[in-house]
Amino acid sequence: MSRIGVVTFPGTLDDHDALRAVKLAGADPVPLWHASDSLNGVDAIILPGGFSYGDYLRCGAIARFAPIMGEVITAAGAGMPVLGICNGFQVLCESHLLEGAMIRNEGRKFICRHQRLRVESNDTTWTCDFAEGQEIIIVLKNGEGNFRADPDTLHKLEENNQVVFRYVGNPNGSLNDIAGITNERGNVVGLMPHPEHSVEMLTGESRDGLVFFTSVQHFLVATA
Amino acid sequence: MTLVVVDVMPKPEILDPQGKAVTSSLHRLGYQGLEVRQGRRFEITVNGDLTDERMAEIREAAEKLLCNTVIETFDVRVEKQ
Repeated sequence: MSRIGVVTFPGTLDDHDALRAVKLAGADPVPLWHASDSLNGVDAIILPGGFSYGDYLRCGAIARFAPIMGEVITAAGAGMPVLGICNGFQVLCESHLLEGAMIRNEGRKFICRHQRLRVESNDTTWTCDFAEGQEIIIVLKNGEGNFRADPDTLHKLEENNQVVFRYVGNPNGSLNDIAGITNERGNVVGLMPHPEHSVEMLTGESRDGLVFFTSVQHFLVATA
Repeated sequence: MTLVVVDVMPKPEILDPQGKAVTSSLHRLGYQGLEVRQGRRFEITVNGDLTDERMAEIREAAEKLLCNTVIETFDVRVEKQ
């Protein structure tokens, strides 16, 4: 059974939802602590949402230098699947594992809703069970989800098929409607919406989020 | 005591929603013709002499932590020596 680690920073909110989603998807959830420098032998890592370190300085900027992040960066460089959700996406950008940055939403409002997304790439460790072009519904909840990158970076992301998700109906002003991206290798994925909240009909309006957590298990089995 | 100030500002081409909110509030209060961009100011107290190496170190720290150069620019200056 795949062991999937979920990192808790001070101020993380959605670690328990992420651990639960991992379990619902049939994998073994492993809690990881920010101040530890051990990944406990996990096969994949999730950086969950929330407000790590109170979002002081910039979202994700302080978490990026937490002791465990050194291990996460090394593991990501060696090809381990890493998923950053919302604040976790911001941490991945601050860590330079992903390109670009998020600023405050264009309308200056905190947005909380079920959001339609288009899967632009299934060539990643976390999206391989989706069909390219598939539309899914995933919970979105953030105040700073407005994706920015300089024109060269944006061009490169588009050319290399590194845009993984696009908003259908841009909620926050993100450039090119980008909701999530991946690195060149396709093992690190970050997105603002929350797949771990869309795993049961009772609370999520869809169960499309489960596919993230089954995708990574199929990837791990296929490459074992 | 030496005080070094690091100013961090959103890049000119980056939308500044906070600055826009402050600007429209100023307009509502009757202050016309003023446009605000909002950044951050860090005051850093330096123990010991402010050598060139020390300044270089502060610049490095600013680039590494205080500023995200994807969306912001920064300026380092000596405020009080």
